[in-house]
Amino acid sequence: MQLTVNGKNHDLDVEPEMPLLWVLRDELGILGPKYGCGAGLCGACTVHVDGSAVRSCSITAGEVRGNVTTIEGLGTPSNPHIVQQAWIDHQVAQCGYCQSGQMMTAAAFLSKTPEPSESQISDAMSGNLCRCGTYTRIHSAVKTAAQMTKGK
Amino acid sequence: MARLKTIARRTFLVGSAAVVGGVAFGYYSLRKEPPNPLLKGLKSGQAAITPYVRVDSEGVTLITPRADKGQGAYSIQAHLIAEELDVDPHKVRIDPGPPDTAYFNSRIMDDSLPFATIDEGVMARGARGGGEVLSRLLGMQITGGSSTVPDGYHKLRVAGAVARETLKEAAARRSGVPRSQLKTSDGRVILPDGKSVSYAELAAEAAQIAPITDVALRPEKEWRYIGKNMRRIDIVAKSTGTQRYGIDVRLDGMVYATVRTNPGMGGTIKRYDASNAEKMRGVKKIVPIKDGVGVIADNTWRAFHAAEAIKIEWNDPPYPADSAGMWKVLEGSFSKDQQDSRLRNDGDVEKAFAGASKSIEAEYRTPYLAHAPLEPMNAVVLYTKQRIDIWTGTQIPVFLRAHAAKLTQLPEEKVYVHAQPIGGSFGARLDDTYALQAIELAMAMEGVPVKMTWSREENMAHDYPRPIQLSRAKGSVRDGKVESMSIDIAGQSMGASWFNRLQAPVPPGPDTTSVNGIWDQPFSIPNYRVTGYRTKEMVPVSPWRSVGASGNGFHHASFLDELIYAAGADPMSELIRLCNHEPSKAVLHTLRDISDWKGVRLDDRRARGVALTLSFGVPMAQVVEISDTAQGIKIEKVFAVCDVGRILDPINFEAQVQGGIIWALGHAMNCELTYENFAPNQTNFHVFEAMRFRQVPEIIIKGLELGKEVRGLGEPPVPPAAPALANAIFALTGKRVRELPLNKSVKFA
Ligand code: FES
Ligand code: FES
Repeated sequence: MQLTVNGKNHDLDVEPEMPLLWVLRDELGILGPKYGCGAGLCGACTVHVDGSAVRSCSITAGEVRGNVTTIEGLGTPSNPHIVQQAWIDHQVAQCGYCQSGQMMTAAAFLSKTPEPSESQISDAMSGNLCRCGTYTRIHSAVKTAAQMTKGK
Repeated sequence: MARLKTIARRTFLVGSAAVVGGVAFGYYSLRKEPPNPLLKGLKSGQAAITPYVRVDSEGVTLITPRADKGQGAYSIQAHLIAEELDVDPHKVRIDPGPPDTAYFNSRIMDDSLPFATIDEGVMARGARGGGEVLSRLLGMQITGGSSTVPDGYHKLRVAGAVARETLKEAAARRSGVPRSQLKTSDGRVILPDGKSVSYAELAAEAAQIAPITDVALRPEKEWRYIGKNMRRIDIVAKSTGTQRYGIDVRLDGMVYATVRTNPGMGGTIKRYDASNAEKMRGVKKIVPIKDGVGVIADNTWRAFHAAEAIKIEWNDPPYPADSAGMWKVLEGSFSKDQQDSRLRNDGDVEKAFAGASKSIEAEYRTPYLAHAPLEPMNAVVLYTKQRIDIWTGTQIPVFLRAHAAKLTQLPEEKVYVHAQPIGGSFGARLDDTYALQAIELAMAMEGVPVKMTWSREENMAHDYPRPIQLSRAKGSVRDGKVESMSIDIAGQSMGASWFNRLQAPVPPGPDTTSVNGIWDQPFSIPNYRVTGYRTKEMVPVSPWRSVGASGNGFHHASFLDELIYAAGADPMSELIRLCNHEPSKAVLHTLRDISDWKGVRLDDRRARGVALTLSFGVPMAQVVEISDTAQGIKIEKVFAVCDVGRILDPINFEAQVQGGIIWALGHAMNCELTYENFAPNQTNFHVFEAMRFRQVPEIIIKGLELGKEVRGLGEPPVPPAAPALANAIFALTGKRVRELPLNKSVKFA
C-alpha cells in the first residue's frame, strides 16, 4: 500500500483496515498525531487529507485518498505555521496532548474560512476535546491566527 | 485561625503520631540534608552541586523532580532555580532526575492532617512539621496536592543560590579574585575586569569544592522571573507537535502491547481463551497478568484488536454490582459505629434544632468520577535479569521503583525509572498499576522493550475514580441569619484505598480527606457540626483534582446557600457576614465588586449563584452567571477571585484558574461513572464529555496576594464552581439540584 505523508511516499505492508493513526504512529514513527479515544470523539488524532481535517483514528489506511499532512508537516519549531505561532504567543498548551489535533482542526478551518465569525469558530472547534480546559486560550489563538492570515 | 478548642481532642492523633515520630525522636537528624542522588551517576568533569543542579562541559542541567502533567511544573521549578542561578531556563537542559528520597515533598501531607490548611496555630504547625518528617521517612517524592510551589518556593531558590555561589568560588580560586567581587549573569561568572567564564568551563573545578551553603536569597526587587509573565519552557514543543510524552517513547526492536483486566476493579480472572487472538496478524505472545491478560504484538492497534478477541470469564469483585447497591451502602452507614470523624463541633446544633423556628433538611450526592486524562495510561519497559528500565509518566517515582523491585526481585538500584512528560493526569498518575502491568509483560519478553498502552475503554474502567459521597444536612435560621448547620457525610476512604495500593502505611486517625471542603471552611456559624462516616471500600478509588474538596465543596456550599435563602438573606452579603478569615473575606469583597453584585437575579432570563470553598490553603470564590435559552441553560460568565499568597507567574495563574473552572463546570454538568455488573457504563468520551468549546463561558479572574504563605493553584479553582452553578440554577429556576451531574435534573445548551 502507498501513502504520502508530509510530502514523502511510503510503501507499507499493513492490512487496509488498520486505522491511519496507527500506521502513522507505530509503522512510520510519526508521533505528533495522538491517540485519545480511538473512536472519533476527541480529535487528538486529527490530520489533514488533502487539506481537510480528518480523524486519523477513524479512517482506515485503505480509505485514504490523497496526501496526508500531520502536525509535523504543518510547521516546525524554527518555522512555525501561523496557527502554531498563535498557539505559542497565547501560551495555549497545558499538558499539550490535545493540541496537535486542535491546531490541525484550526488550520484546516481557517484555510477554508479566513474571516470566521464567533459561531463558526465555535462550531469548528467543538469537536476537539481538551481535558485541561484550554478552550479560552484556543479561542484567542484562533482569532489571532485569523488576523495574522489576513495581514499576509 | 487557631481553632484548637473547637477541634475534638482525639482528632489530634494523626498529627501527634507524626509529631512524636519526628520531634521527639530523630527530628533534627532527619532535618539534615539528605545525600545528593546525582553524585552517584556523575562522570568525570561533571559537578552536581545540589540535587537540583548538574553542570558539565556541555552546560547546565536543572533537575525538576515534580512531574509535569500540564500544570507547568517543570517550567516553574526551572524558573525558581534559575532566579538565583542566573541562567535562562530556555537555554539550559531540564531533567526530571532519578527517583530519590532526597526529592521528598515536604508539603504533601498538609491536606491529610486534621488541621485546616490556614490554621497558623502551634499545634497545626507542629503537625505540618511532622507531616514533613513522615513524608521524608516514606520517601514521598509525590507530585500532588497543589504542593509543587509551596514545597519548592524556598528550597529551589536556595538550590540555585548554592550552585551559583559554588561556581563563583571555583572562579575565585581560578582567578584569585575574591568571591565577593564576582558577579553572575546568563550562565557565566563575571570578573571585575569584565572578562567572564561560563559555568560549563567551571564544572570540573566546582566538583572539587564542598558546596557553599551559607547563602542569602535575593530580595524581591531583584527578581527577574518571579511575579512576571513567564514563558513556559515547553511551549514551543507543545505548539508544534514535537513534545514527546511517555506514549511516544520508541526504542529499537520495541514491541507493542495492551492488557485487559477485570472491568470490575479488584476482581480477578477465572479463565480465558485466546485461541482466536493467538492466530491474529502481528500477535507475538499472550501473557496472563494480575487480574487479566496481556497481548504483545507488533503494533498497538493489532494488540488492541487481538485483546478484544480473547474470551474471558471474570470473578466478581467484593462490592455491590451496581450503582443502586453502592448508594445503599452509603445510605446505611450513618451510624455511631461507622462514625469516623467529627472535626468540627461549634455551639450545640441539637439544642439549636430543638428550639429552631425554621429548619430545613436536605440530602446531597456526588458521583464516582474518572480522571480520564487525554493521554491513556502507558509505559515502556525493558527488562533483563540484570536491570529494568521503565519509561513512563508518574507522580510517584519512588513508589514505582519499590513496586518494580518487588515484582522483579531486582534490588532497587537496578530499577531505572525515566520519568516522562504527562498528557494530563488530574490524579490518575498517582497510581502505577499500568506500569506494573507493563513490567509483567516485559518480564515475558526479556531483552525486548515493550510499550504497553491502555485502550480508552480499558482506561475508563480502570481509572480509580473519585469516590461517591452522600450527605445529610440540617440547618436552621433565625432573624434573617444562618443559625445552625450540621452536615453528616458518608463515603469510602479515598486515602485508605490509595495508600493500600501504594503499600504505604495508612495514616492513623480520622480520614480528613473525606470531610475536607466541609469541616475546614472559613465561616463562623453559631452552631456548626461536621461528621464523617466511613463505609467499607467498594470500587477502589484515588485522589481526583482537588481531592476531598472537589465533591465536598458542592455539599457544603450548596447547603449553605439553601440556608441563606431560607433566612431570606442575600447570598453574597451573608457569606461575607459569616466569614471569619480575613483573606477569605477580602476575596468575597473583591468578588462582590468585580462582578458588580446586585443580588442573584439580573432579569427574568438571567441569574447568578455564588460559592466559596477554601482548599489547599486557598480561598476561592466564584460567581456563575447563567441564562435561560431555547436550547437550555447557558453558562454565560464566571467571576473568580482567590488569594494564593503570591502569584509566581501571572500567565500560568490565569491558565490554571481557567482550566480548573472549565474542568469543574464540565464535570458538574454531565459527568459521572455509574456501575452495572461491577463495571462503569461510561466507556468513552461520548458519555463522559465535560465541557465542549461552544459551552465555555467568559471567565473573569482576579488573584489577590495577601497571605503569608505561597500556595499552589492546580486544584483550588475546582471546588466552588459546581455549587456556584447549582446555586445559579436555583436562582433562575427555583429548582434546588442536590445531585451531580446537573444534567440529570436540568438541560444545558
Ligand atoms: S483518537 Fe481520534 S478522535 Fe480521539
Ligand atoms: S492541553 Fe491537556 S488535553 Fe488539552
